[in-house]
Amino acid sequence: MSEKVKFGRSKVFFDTFHRRPGPIKKNMHYCPGCGHGILHKLIAEAIEYHGIQEDTNLIAPVGCAVFAYYYFNVGSISVPHGRAPAVATGVSRAKPESFVISYQGDGDLAAIGFNEFLQAANRGEKMTVFFVNNSNYGMTGGQMAPTTLPGQKTTTSPYGRNPETEGYPTPVCEIVNALTAPVYIERVALTTPGRVANAKKAVYKAIQNLKERKGFSLVEVVAPCPVNLKMSADQVNEFIEKQMLNYFPLGCLRDKTADMEPGKLPAPVIRDEESVRKILFPVRSENGVAADFRNSSAVFDQELRVKIGGFGGQGVLSLGVMLANMARLRNFNVSWMPSYGPEQRGGSACCAVTVSRNTIPSPIIDRGGNLLIAMTQAALDKYLPELRDDGVLIYDHTAVKLPQLPETMQTYGIDALAIADEKLGSSKFANSVLLGVLAAVLAKNGMNEADKADFDKAFAEAVEEKFGKKPGAVEANIKAYEAGKAAL
Amino acid sequence: MAKKFRVEVTADECKGCGRCIAVCPKKLLSRGKELNIQGYFAIIAENPGNCIGCGSCFYQCPEPGAITIFEEE
Ligand SMILES: Cc1ncc(C[n+]2csc(CCOP(=O)(O)OP(=O)(O)O)c2C)c(N)n1
Ligand code: SF4
Repeated sequence: MSEKVKFGRSKVFFDTFHRRPGPIKKNMHYCPGCGHGILHKLIAEAIEYHGIQEDTNLIAPVGCAVFAYYYFNVGSISVPHGRAPAVATGVSRAKPESFVISYQGDGDLAAIGFNEFLQAANRGEKMTVFFVNNSNYGMTGGQMAPTTLPGQKTTTSPYGRNPETEGYPTPVCEIVNALTAPVYIERVALTTPGRVANAKKAVYKAIQNLKERKGFSLVEVVAPCPVNLKMSADQVNEFIEKQMLNYFPLGCLRDKTADMEPGKLPAPVIRDEESVRKILFPVRSENGVAADFRNSSAVFDQELRVKIGGFGGQGVLSLGVMLANMARLRNFNVSWMPSYGPEQRGGSACCAVTVSRNTIPSPIIDRGGNLLIAMTQAALDKYLPELRDDGVLIYDHTAVKLPQLPETMQTYGIDALAIADEKLGSSKFANSVLLGVLAAVLAKNGMNEADKADFDKAFAEAVEEKFGKKPGAVEANIKAYEAGKAAL
Repeated sequence: MAKKFRVEVTADECKGCGRCIAVCPKKLLSRGKELNIQGYFAIIAENPGNCIGCGSCFYQCPEPGAITIFEEE
């Protein structure tokens, strides 16, 4: 006589959890008696039953379930705390053929990520959310969660949660039930075989909704966390039955699935992978030199790290953008990172521009700068320590008093605002003046003849790109640029 | 002929949480007295052939494969 498995390990789990560190490769990392494991099994079975393993993407939370990708043999992404529904939205839009599950705990979903979750529910994203309500923050050692009961003691509510100061347990399903878009909302528990049977039905249904693209489904699972609650299996079941369920009544709050047309695949946002790659990695470089790279001067061999600082309104940020655009037009990799005060006008402003033939590891410049353009004393004082001793300093000589500088540093005092005002009648051309100055500085520092001409051309192209539609603006900026070149 | 079932606990995969004990209608499961490789007192099944195949223990168990229910064909 032979035997077949009636109930056993789902094929949607990896056969061996090879990602788990340590010798135990068949078990999950959850504590003894944890509800996560039970829900994992129900989800795995439902995915297997509905045959959607191949195209399922499971977005795991921060919390005890952060390692869900160790276990489920489906596409998985681990995301920052509370952001699973936001990332799930991205995945379901960019890969509409996939079936996206957001798996979250009560700290993750109802505290730090409540907004992401509610917005996704309100948009009716085509996803299923499994929400583990275990009345505390499990992973971090049992702190109070939005779902902690009044009077319940946790490490951060040692005298019991006091509703007067800490509010009441957040009724997530009831709140979602106030929204129009969601199609299916059910709360289940795992305490008894009957409850688990209902939970299984709900999980299967929510996965079916996913498969049929019916819309946003939410299954809240009132789950045991015996270790943090310091309870045995029986005690935690009793706590759930006698206490938690008073605040979190079980049942189906909404099921609109029968009325819903099976969803069609929405038009993908971006399907052209080559374009995506071009946006993310504009220059494909090998041995540091891109195939279509044409500026061969030695100054471009190293990464150029440029910091520009001054007042808001001096054109600091747009000067950086213009420089970055020139480099982009010549197939360099570029990054531009602004930083400015809270003021809409005025205040301090600064930007960091990095130009490189190679991949740029970070857009931040906090040391090793090659060039500093300082329009104010404050900017000079703040950013000078980031400049290399053999770097180039361009500064506004009416606004800035130089301290003692290393002899190897090149300095150029220019009053770009005054030049712009004088030659073009407006200080708003100061940034083009400074780019002219930069062209002259690079020329002095070993830019070859071809690249000198090309720098001018790149400037003209960048100006054309930006101001092409404004009559006279291109000419005026080129005039300012030439004035800057001549000023050195 | 009535169907025959068998419950099997893989001792090394069991964390001894005990969720399965109370739900078995035939009271086949109890806590063992020996530590497994993970350091837990794993659950043991006495008279595993008396299993009626309801699956209650399987669905209370948080581990993927610590409990398996077989059906004889
Ligand atoms: C931005 C951020 N803040 C805080 C943390 C610390 N942290 C890790 S897990 C966790 C709570 C998770 O609780 P819950 O969502 O209830 O999941 P459980 O662990 O109970 O399954 C917190 C606060 C973090 N990782 N990231
Ligand atoms: S701390 Fe709680 S939620 Fe986390 S694995 Fe343990 S029992 Fe599960």
